Amino acid sequence: MEIPYTYKPRPDTGLYNAKVGIWLFLASEIMLFGALFSAYILLRVSAPVGFWPDVALAWPRGLLNIPIGTFNTAVLITSSVTVVLAWAALKMNNFARFRVYMVITVLCAFAFLGIKSFEYNDKFSHYVIRLQDGKALTGHIEVDGKHPRFWNFSDQWSVAKLAEQKVAKIKVEVDPERDINGHPKKGASHGHEVREIAVSDIVSLGSYTPATHPFFAVYFLITALHGLHVLGGALVLGYFAFPGAKMWKSNPEQFINRIEVGGLFWHFVDLVWIFLFPVVYLL
Amino acid sequence: MSLKAFHIVFVAASVILMAFLSGWSFLAYQETHSMEYLVWSLCAAISVVGLVIYGRFFLRKLRNISFL
Repeated sequence: MEIPYTYKPRPDTGLYNAKVGIWLFLASEIMLFGALFSAYILLRVSAPVGFWPDVALAWPRGLLNIPIGTFNTAVLITSSVTVVLAWAALKMNNFARFRVYMVITVLCAFAFLGIKSFEYNDKFSHYVIRLQDGKALTGHIEVDGKHPRFWNFSDQWSVAKLAEQKVAKIKVEVDPERDINGHPKKGASHGHEVREIAVSDIVSLGSYTPATHPFFAVYFLITALHGLHVLGGALVLGYFAFPGAKMWKSNPEQFINRIEVGGLFWHFVDLVWIFLFPVVYLL
Repeated sequence: MSLKAFHIVFVAASVILMAFLSGWSFLAYQETHSMEYLVWSLCAAISVVGLVIYGRFFLRKLRNISFL
């Protein structure tokens, strides 16, 4: 039995079925991301005023790498342009150009994920260290000549684990001083001063991971969920570019509609990032 | 809403984001006097112009495709 309205519009909605379906799905996605954005904003506005880590639960600012975040934004904007040009190429009956644009889109998606994993790795080796004299400092740590890596949870350190493994001292590349807005303080060195700290002087030690602060908990939750959407979208668009492209010969109109639906999802995922970037990186 | 219409919404959102980034960087420059922020602000302003030009090109290129 043939499924109706796969390419012809339904008389009552004026749209083919998949387009109604994707918009219903995107509506549910808006509710999902909307709830997470609300959680972020409520935690953000109710956080104590002050400079983190001096004030323990103050909202951290200036911790994320804005040039890398901006570059990733440009990568996603480029991918949205190429996905719509791929769809337009099919509308103009140019399959070869469609495939080129689709491959660029998928490459952009994987570039985004690669850059994001680099950012994650940086956060997992970045620590806040509270000392016996009441001071707190942040920086990348080195234990026995090794930096922690994010794909290896056994690399995560705590004071108890350092004591258990009889580590006497750790090296810390201390971050430059920042003002309350997260900008480097006037006259502060841009380089990192390397200090050796005795483990006996450390009260607590925590990496920039979800357990350390609500900021990291929400940051990792939203960006990881977004990253999964990027991965899912890239796999589907990659399928359309190669194995799924057989449909172009048997049913070109339905194939064009599939690309449009895939493009709508891709635009939604990119639009989430357009909101996420200023909220998490800049504000 | 078709992909064409959603793309226009997306480009408009990108223009607003880049304008915001430009303003944010300029304020950070005024606060810190760091040239990096000024360069960042200028780059974001240039990308606003680039995105508007692209938006016009896109509308011209796809003028025969419906917004529905």
